[in-house]
Amino acid sequence: MTWAGILVACAACYALKLAGLSLPASVLQDARVQRTVPLVPIALLAALVATQTFSTGHHLVIDVRTTSLIVAIGMVLLRAPFLVVVAAATATAALLRFI
Amino acid sequence: MPLAHRGEKETIPVTFLHVDSTRRGVIRDALGIGIASGAYALSFGAISTAAGLSLLQTCALSVLMFTGASQFALVGVVGAGGSVWAGAATAALLGSRNALYGVRLSSLFDRGRLKRATAAHFVIDETTAMAIARESPADSRFAFWATAFALFALWNLGTLIGALATHAFPDPKVLGLDAAPPAAFLALLAPRLRAREPLAIAFAAGLVALACLPFVPAGVPLLVVAVLVAVYGILRTRQ
Repeated sequence: MTWAGILVACAACYALKLAGLSLPASVLQDARVQRTVPLVPIALLAALVATQTFSTGHHLVIDVRTTSLIVAIGMVLLRAPFLVVVAAATATAALLRFI
Repeated sequence: MPLAHRGEKETIPVTFLHVDSTRRGVIRDALGIGIASGAYALSFGAISTAAGLSLLQTCALSVLMFTGASQFALVGVVGAGGSVWAGAATAALLGSRNALYGVRLSSLFDRGRLKRATAAHFVIDETTAMAIARESPADSRFAFWATAFALFALWNLGTLIGALATHAFPDPKVLGLDAAPPAAFLALLAPRLRAREPLAIAFAAGLVALACLPFVPAGVPLLVVAVLVAVYGILRTRQ
C-alpha cells in the first residue's frame, strides 16, 4: 500500500513537471493559474507546520515540539541554513525529553 | 580583408574566454547548491526513516519524485499517522508549482521529445532559478543541466546517508526527530513570506488546518486548506 502511494505520488509530480514543459503556454499563463499556484505551497507548508507541531492523532496538544518550533523560528529569523534550523529544533526536543 | 581578419582574431579568443569563465561560475554555483541541498537531504533521509518508510522507499522518493517539499510532505503526513494517499495528494499539490517553472523553461527544451521528457524530471526550484538567470539559451541549458547533475547526485547521496544513520537508532523520538518535520516545513516556508499577503495566508492556513483536524481523517486538513487557498486565489484574480 505504501509503495503504491509512493509511486503514484512520484508519477503525479513527474506529470506536473512534464505538463509545464509540454502544455501550450496559454493554459498555464492564465492569470488565475499564475496567481493561485504560488499560494498553494504557502498554505500547505503553513498547515503542515501547524498540524505537525500542535497535534497527536486527532488531538490538539502543546508539548516539546512547541518549544522546538519557537527555536526553529528564531533560527529562521537569524537566516540560519536549512540543516541548522532542523538540527536546532531536533536537538531542542531531544534535550527537553532528556531533562 | 587583413583588417577584418585581424578583428576576428581578436574577438574570438575574448568571446571564448568570456563564455568559459561564465560556465566555470555556473559550475561553481551548481556545486554550491548541490552541497547545500545534500545537507538538506540528510534531514529528509532521517525524517523519512523516522516516519517508518524503508530505506528503499526513502531512496526511491529522492530518485523518482526529486522535488524536496513534496517529499517532505509525503513522509511528514505518513509520519503523523495519515494515510499514504493523503500524503501523496499533498505531495502532488506541492508539486504543482513545478508546472509553472516548466512554462518558463519550455523554450529551452522545444526540440526532441526524449530530451524534453528527460529534462522534465529535473524541473525544480533550483534548476529553474539557475537557468532563467542566464542570457543565451545555450547558457541557460548549460546552467540547467549543471545544476540538475550536482543536485541529483548530492540529493540522493544525502538521502542515503541520512536514512542509514537513522536506521541505527531504535527510537527516533529519543533523538527529537518528531520535531524535525515542522522545522523543515518552516524553513521551506520562510523564504516565501516576504510580504503581508503570504504571511496572512500562512497564519490563516495554519489555523484552519488545526480547526478541522479533530473532525476529519489525518492528512485531510491539508486538502481542505489547499481547496480554500485555490478558491481564494481565483476569486482575488477576478476582482
